[in-house]
Amino acid sequence: MPKVLKEKILRSEALARSIYRMTVESEYISQTARPGQFVNLKCSDGIEPVLRRPISICRVNREQKTFELVFQVRGRGTELLSRKKAGDSVDILGPLGNPFEISAHYKKIAVVGGGIGIFPLLFILDEYGKHREDNLKAFDLSAFIGFRDKDSIVLKDEFEKACDTCRISTEDGSAGCRGFVTGLLEEELSRKHYDIIYTCGPTAMMKKVAETAGLYKVPCQVSLEQRMGCGIGACLVCACKTKYGDGWEYSHVCKDGPVFWCDRVIFDEQVEDFG
Amino acid sequence: MKGIDLKVSIGALKLKNPVIAASGTFGFGREYSEFIDLNRLGGISVKGLTLAPRQGNKPPRIAETPAGILNSVGLQNPGVHAFLRDELPFLKQYNTAVIANIAGNTIEEYCEMAELLSASDIDAVELNVSCPNVKQGGVSFGNTAAGVSEIVGRVRPCCKKTMIVKLTPNVTDIKEIAAAAEASGADAISLINTLLGMAIDIHRRKPVLANNTGGLSGPAVKPVALRMVYEAANTVKIPVIGMGGITCGEDAVEFLLAGASAVMVGTANFTNPHACMDVLKGIENYLKMYNNHCIYDIIGKLVVNQ
Repeated sequence: MPKVLKEKILRSEALARSIYRMTVESEYISQTARPGQFVNLKCSDGIEPVLRRPISICRVNREQKTFELVFQVRGRGTELLSRKKAGDSVDILGPLGNPFEISAHYKKIAVVGGGIGIFPLLFILDEYGKHREDNLKAFDLSAFIGFRDKDSIVLKDEFEKACDTCRISTEDGSAGCRGFVTGLLEEELSRKHYDIIYTCGPTAMMKKVAETAGLYKVPCQVSLEQRMGCGIGACLVCACKTKYGDGWEYSHVCKDGPVFWCDRVIFDEQVEDFG
Repeated sequence: MKGIDLKVSIGALKLKNPVIAASGTFGFGREYSEFIDLNRLGGISVKGLTLAPRQGNKPPRIAETPAGILNSVGLQNPGVHAFLRDELPFLKQYNTAVIANIAGNTIEEYCEMAELLSASDIDAVELNVSCPNVKQGGVSFGNTAAGVSEIVGRVRPCCKKTMIVKLTPNVTDIKEIAAAAEASGADAISLINTLLGMAIDIHRRKPVLANNTGGLSGPAVKPVALRMVYEAANTVKIPVIGMGGITCGEDAVEFLLAGASAVMVGTANFTNPHACMDVLKGIENYLKMYNNHCIYDIIGKLVVNQ
């Protein structure tokens, strides 16, 4: 159940140009949050900006009772969040949304992410990694992460540590494979079977991942994004098209998602680039 | 609260206190029941209902603006029948007034919904003649005095419940609209609905909202709302429910002083799920501070400059 919490920021650091990581002390979030869930953060103490900012949980540390958020500064709200310092408090609503389905039933796992969509995927790898310690070699974890160029690569070490195989692509070829991360996935699926694919990133990327997964009959979960209001399912603004019977309906990213099985999602109205 | 009488009357409807959750911001109460005790609310005005279910508008449906938000949800709702079947029983577990906000394509639809709801357990109907986001959201009735007279006059005989008419601020003279609602049989009026607005993404050279325009709400609209509530309250004798940008008790007190018998809290719920409770506590603190024992000690007690 989500709660409104006032928590202490332990660390705030820039990871790359306009990308920040905030480490927050929170007994409640660290113990209850699951991969794919998000928190809605208040950016200031005043009435401006009016809306909270939804940010995916990147990872939790249950022992130390902390969690990490990684976000990109895109507008005034995230700019204010990036200026918060260790010792400041932050008003958090969460954890929110439906998590990815994590199951010991899946053994060969692939996460596919692009740009700032990669962050929640780390939490998935951590969850499976935890099981892996109990039962060595039970899981095979692969990560495919794509960036614009060498300078926008973040959390590479963290991803490499959290999985067995980590492959990186950049659009300009300045690091890893040149091209889109979907190319890496297609290549991989043509020679190796996966039990499940989890993906988060730009809509065009997720759509392609979903199509590729469908082609190879691999179950796939996507994490969607949409401009949000309340974050709890009351205001109904974060609509996304999903299949319903023979037709479609508007579901809501905050409450019905953000994670959906990819065969439920109709991508035609998903728009990108939220300010 | 010991010693302080917060009860207000909206026509025949008695509310335990003047704080109501505003339509469209509170769903059917379920989501907020995880954060606040719904029993402590004066009332809940539910998400706008239509006769048939509606999918609503294309996303994006929200844009943030200075001290406000623009929305164009477009009345996404499961329809009045599903509301009565699936949502009302949940709400009736709580000791709070349930106000059914309704919008129609035609007067006949408003009448049909009013009849259905009159036979149910709801406490009041809020006639939405002011939704700016759909072509047939009632705004075509709500923006002229003649339109308001016609729809209120025709729905009145079908509605056995307390009938509140929710007015749009997108008019030249709110006083004549308020007077038309009163003369045609409204038990109360509520205002303001959202102000029609727009936000533009200069990099794409396109409106932020898929619907191009939307309704502005939040602290940005409060001064406009307050002026309109003041004008309406000084025009009609029926109770006025004030809303527009209320985030705290002090904001609510401004509306009460201006003549509102109750207030609705809307956009503030998005930022602060406890907003309604904070507003209620703030009103109580204000009354205590001035040693007032009854909410009516402040309603309409504004002293204007001559």
